[in-house]
Amino acid sequence: MVVAVKPADSGGPGNENPSKGLKAWFYKRLPVKEFIETQATGYYAPKNFNIWYFFGFIAMVVLVLQLLTGIFLTMFYKPGEATAFDSVEFIMREVQYGWLIRYLHSTGASAFFLVVYLHMYRALMYGSYRAPRELLWLFGMLVYLALMAEAFMGYVLPWGNMSYWAANVIVNIFGTIPLIGPTLVEWIRGDYGIADATLNRFFALHVVAVPLALLLLVVLHLVALRRTGSNNPDGIEIKANLGKDGHPVDGIPFHPYYSVKDSFGISVFLVIFAVVVFFAPTLGGYFLEHANFEPTNIFSTPNPITPSWYFTPYYAILRAIPDQRLGALLMALSLVCFLLLPWLDRSPVKSIRYKGPLSKAFLALFTVSFLSLMYLGLQEPTPNMVILGRLATGGYFAFFILMPFYTRLERVKPVPDRVRFEAHA
Amino acid sequence: MLRVNSAKQALLTSGVAVLLLMGAAGVALGADASAPDASASASAPAAAPGSVQAVMAMASKVAQQQLADKKKKDEEERLKGFGADWESWEPDNSVADTASLQRGLRDFAGYCRGCHSLKYMRYSRMADDLQITPDQLKKFLLPAGDQPSDYVSSPMPPADAQTWFGKVPPDLSLIARARGDGYLFRFLTTFFSDPTRPTGANNLQLPSVAMPHVLSTLEGVKVAVFKTVDKEQVFDHFVQVAPGSLSHEEYLATVRDLVNFLDYVGEPAQVQRRSLGVKVVLFLLAFTALTYLLKREYWKNVH
Repeated sequence: MVVAVKPADSGGPGNENPSKGLKAWFYKRLPVKEFIETQATGYYAPKNFNIWYFFGFIAMVVLVLQLLTGIFLTMFYKPGEATAFDSVEFIMREVQYGWLIRYLHSTGASAFFLVVYLHMYRALMYGSYRAPRELLWLFGMLVYLALMAEAFMGYVLPWGNMSYWAANVIVNIFGTIPLIGPTLVEWIRGDYGIADATLNRFFALHVVAVPLALLLLVVLHLVALRRTGSNNPDGIEIKANLGKDGHPVDGIPFHPYYSVKDSFGISVFLVIFAVVVFFAPTLGGYFLEHANFEPTNIFSTPNPITPSWYFTPYYAILRAIPDQRLGALLMALSLVCFLLLPWLDRSPVKSIRYKGPLSKAFLALFTVSFLSLMYLGLQEPTPNMVILGRLATGGYFAFFILMPFYTRLERVKPVPDRVRFEAHA
Repeated sequence: MLRVNSAKQALLTSGVAVLLLMGAAGVALGADASAPDASASASAPAAAPGSVQAVMAMASKVAQQQLADKKKKDEEERLKGFGADWESWEPDNSVADTASLQRGLRDFAGYCRGCHSLKYMRYSRMADDLQITPDQLKKFLLPAGDQPSDYVSSPMPPADAQTWFGKVPPDLSLIARARGDGYLFRFLTTFFSDPTRPTGANNLQLPSVAMPHVLSTLEGVKVAVFKTVDKEQVFDHFVQVAPGSLSHEEYLATVRDLVNFLDYVGEPAQVQRRSLGVKVVLFLLAFTALTYLLKREYWKNVH
């Protein structure tokens, strides 16, 4: 098929369907042009994105970084009780730039959680989980859950002393499930204790199963996003206000506008990331814990046993409750709350900008509670800390459980017809 | 591709592309350029361990006298009592100080290697990193029968160690990463005479330690004075009761060098890590400046 091309257009790249040459050969067989059009140049995003809208793209870049560095680590890492710890030190000392690959991967894990938490917080503020974006939110939450599994199993692989004891604590949580608990724990471990079999299956899950699930979920997350379009800080549907050309008047093509803007965002992120990787890769014991530089020792328990910083809010909830089974149940519920969020929020408006004072107060309460739990999970569980943990747990759940009430009771501000946007200087 | 509408956009876009290419080239070349290179370290001016003495010799007699007076005063203080603030002692070391690392390695070989191994550390790697020539390595450091590429092992049989000390001395490859430099410094500076212990010595940082005070010939002997607080014996201060072959200052410097060496052993790549980091961060800052200008250029017409 020959497509007529206006001479004036022939100079611009990607403007037309080429009729001959290698490009045409490909275009005939693969919807390259259509893909770029639907995904980038023809995908209209609201023009009023603020700084909070960088983190989704950054999370994608970190995912790619983790996959790439992970592949190289797999080339030298040797799963197994007798070999794991030594092979990590081999990577750190004798593999060319092995230390860099390992630090990129270990710092990448923490960075992943940091940007995902900020990405989720953005959704909390601007109501990005509300209809019609419930599935988008659910896929995102599943990405988060898969990420937790991925990070936990990756943490066990170096087989340091904290790896071993943290694995014990976390796997034993499943033992609190009534009836099947003990059997389930044995099934997960593949042995009567955390041992060689556990390490090897965690390796298989960490490098094959969970990454595949993660990739699939990320694709679903993006497909759902392309269907509904992005929310924005004003919580207004830009598709409700179309211009003569059929595009939203408050939207701009993702490419080049957001591709250019996101490349600036990723640059800033990479500067901070590189500073940590090259100048503080352990970040004072928060990104790589001191106790994990000692090999697994089943006779010596690190004191205190602390999970990585990104798990500590949930660990603090677990420890705040004196009954282990109830604590584990509450911990599971604290994650389920996130899944139910689209149906808990009954406010007539989406964005915190137009919600009433109650919503703002409860979001502030949640923020303080979550950060407090994060801090408390890193401390030794003294009686005072446990009491603070209970208060923070209360604050955490109040945000969710009371949401159907306070979002309906409060007086909201009128939502403007168009997004608020000031041209960049 | 990015659609380019103006000369400025073209300039900025090509700037970003050039930086990306430079970055990629840097990664490709870097693998060879920064590999440990014996010839490079040989031609580099070696930090001479004797340079401190050279500076000392050049200092005026007055300064020397002042230093001697201060030392004498310090030593007198030792006899009266010291160490109440031991928990805040830090080594203040730097792994960039190659001369200090060389002295640390020398003392490790002399005082520690008899019992403790560095099982992840090869002699050849240390020689490369610490600017020690292959001849020096063979003459002064390498145990008879060991190859330069061998890992640093201890000659003590583990079974004997178990009998003698009740515990196999731990490998020290990662001790600085696991415990921290401050811990090691305080451990090596808070041994005190304690006749109730099998080794005759006890330690504040690690009470009832199995290890004898192997550096006591250098430090001399000190005893701990305890006070009773709430019916419990609490450390109050040390008193030096017999001098060692080193002054107190010299002993602290020796321990600092040892800790510094163990810090290096914990992560041999750390000097390379920091120097590469400076380049990477500078590159990324330049890249950030360009992407910012590019973003501003594209967004200036969005209203």
